[in-house]
Amino acid sequence: MTTEVLGWWGVPLGIVAGTLRGSAPFLFVSLGECLTEKSGKINLGLEGTLLMGAMSAYAISYLTGSPWLGVGAAGLAGLGFGLIHGIVAQRPRVNDVAVGIAMIIFGSGVAFFLGKPFIQPSAPQLPTLDFGAWSSLPAVESALKVSPLFLLGIAIAPLMQWFFRSTRWGLLIRAVGDSPDAARAMGVSIYNVRLLSIMAGSFLAGIGGASLSLFYPGSWTERISSGQGLMAVALVIFARWNPIQCLYASLLFGGAQAIGPALQSVGVDSYYYLFNASPYILTLLIMILTCSPQRTLAGVPGALGKPSESRL
Amino acid sequence: MMVKHWRKTLEAICIPIGALLVALVLFGGFCAIAGANPFGVYSSIYRAAFGTWSSFQNTLIRAAPLMLSSLCTALPARLGLVIIGNEGAIVIGGLSAVAVGLFLDGSAPTIVQIGMALGGIVAGGLWIALVGALRHYRAVNETISSLLLNYIAIAILNQLVSGVMRDPSSLNKPSTYPIGMASMLGTLPGTRVHYGLLFGIVACGLAYLLIQRTTFGFAARIAGGNLRAARIAGLPVGKLTMAICFLGGACAGLAGMVEVAAVHGRANESLNANYGYGGVLVAFVARHNPLAAVLVSVLLGGILASSGILQRSHNLPDATALVFQGLVFLVVLYSESLYGKFEMFKERSAIAPSVA
Repeated sequence: MTTEVLGWWGVPLGIVAGTLRGSAPFLFVSLGECLTEKSGKINLGLEGTLLMGAMSAYAISYLTGSPWLGVGAAGLAGLGFGLIHGIVAQRPRVNDVAVGIAMIIFGSGVAFFLGKPFIQPSAPQLPTLDFGAWSSLPAVESALKVSPLFLLGIAIAPLMQWFFRSTRWGLLIRAVGDSPDAARAMGVSIYNVRLLSIMAGSFLAGIGGASLSLFYPGSWTERISSGQGLMAVALVIFARWNPIQCLYASLLFGGAQAIGPALQSVGVDSYYYLFNASPYILTLLIMILTCSPQRTLAGVPGALGKPSESRL
Repeated sequence: MMVKHWRKTLEAICIPIGALLVALVLFGGFCAIAGANPFGVYSSIYRAAFGTWSSFQNTLIRAAPLMLSSLCTALPARLGLVIIGNEGAIVIGGLSAVAVGLFLDGSAPTIVQIGMALGGIVAGGLWIALVGALRHYRAVNETISSLLLNYIAIAILNQLVSGVMRDPSSLNKPSTYPIGMASMLGTLPGTRVHYGLLFGIVACGLAYLLIQRTTFGFAARIAGGNLRAARIAGLPVGKLTMAICFLGGACAGLAGMVEVAAVHGRANESLNANYGYGGVLVAFVARHNPLAAVLVSVLLGGILASSGILQRSHNLPDATALVFQGLVFLVVLYSESLYGKFEMFKERSAIAPSVA
């Protein structure tokens, strides 16, 4: 359809459309991971949370008929998973990367288990905001259908930036992530701050899952996520632990993900799979170029990934 | 030695078993909520995994790639590296094995098999050695880079099997040309279990000897314990990193070769059957001990083998096995923090109170 009317213009249009459609999950998981990592912990398990969020959102939307209740359920599921991760990953001598992988397996298991009955039925989808109503071209019109969750995510990015910069709570989280000793001297409970940061981050990742199942691709299957949750950690490194840059990175990754399908729509499909892998190749190249054995990355929280000390 | 440390040994046996029991109880609760009788589920899992010789063979067939794949995480872990690129190394190893197998097509089966094994070993090894090199020379986080390489490997697999290496007769599931029945790996005498199991056990045994009984392993453990001390002592940390990453990747690559040469006969998306992340799980549960990894692989192989029966006789979704796997992993990780917490496992030494 796109090709007939637009010819090669279909490629940039396809990429823009793909970016608008596919960036929201990246945006939510990266903001969630950013919040978590600012407190000094890594959550590699957001893939499981994303799947769980997608499943809960779809199931609740189907059962109640209200997609917004589904979004709420996805957030709650995220909170629950964050609680598990926050408790297990903060035990002494427990590796948080390993806990993340366990949470991916557990989360996808629970999501597929509970989601089995919801693969067939179709649930009410979130309403969309049609910014393309002015255009007479159906391709443009459908490309500019924007999910309200995407706009919400765009709003959260600067809010989170402000939160870290200018609020007491933001400062506390940064203190816990940068120098736990100083935070402890201030009388802050490192355990609780990290637990809450992990839970809040997971909450956002759950919402990201809702945007998968209730907007795009807009269904619930076991293959709904293409690894957006796993990419969260890489995205945050790419964004240098800065929420605004998480937004840019998510747009870039959403766009990169759309290159393959956009080229395929105009008949170029010889390197389809390699184009699909472009976000991963891009991240790896950027990490190779910007990391250096001589210095640590700019913006990395000081205590990130260091083993938890005993609870005090 | 043995007499003096029996409490520690007992602790190292009791805590994982206790964790497994707790995971079983939690899983039973989960099944009960889902409306299945937990005891029925337990006995089904046991029967499907270890009950009869025939079902135990199914378990062993699944355990073989897990043993090899777990070494990809367990070996570098001795250097303090957390590598989760097993999936990618399996895929690349399998692809390379098929490529060599097709290239040598027509030679004696033994030659083809040796060629395929070497292809898998070298390709998988180089794939993970790249992670080690990036870590050493560019300080790129090895966990993230190996994770990204998994996706890149799967993309390369999909690209090749749907393009250059595609067998036109494979319609629904794009695959490479088959390597041919004659070149397939045989089974161990008197069983349905292929030689991959032998590879897995031998590799784990060798890995154990390498780490515990050689100067190379000693150097790796030193560097893993204290990098700065290792540098000051003049250990070649870069070479160690790349060598150990190569060995780990080589094992996972061999797992890919085994999957191709003994199970599928060709490379396609079945290569990416989650033995990679399963191997990461095995390595962590086995606390990076290659000998323990053999046992844990058999256990996990059993869980994987039982997923069919849970579906058939208890009407539970096939994801049930995944839930069980995740629960076991989580509880075992949690139990890591319990070492040294129980009074009865503390060594009673009058001279020097041990530091937990």
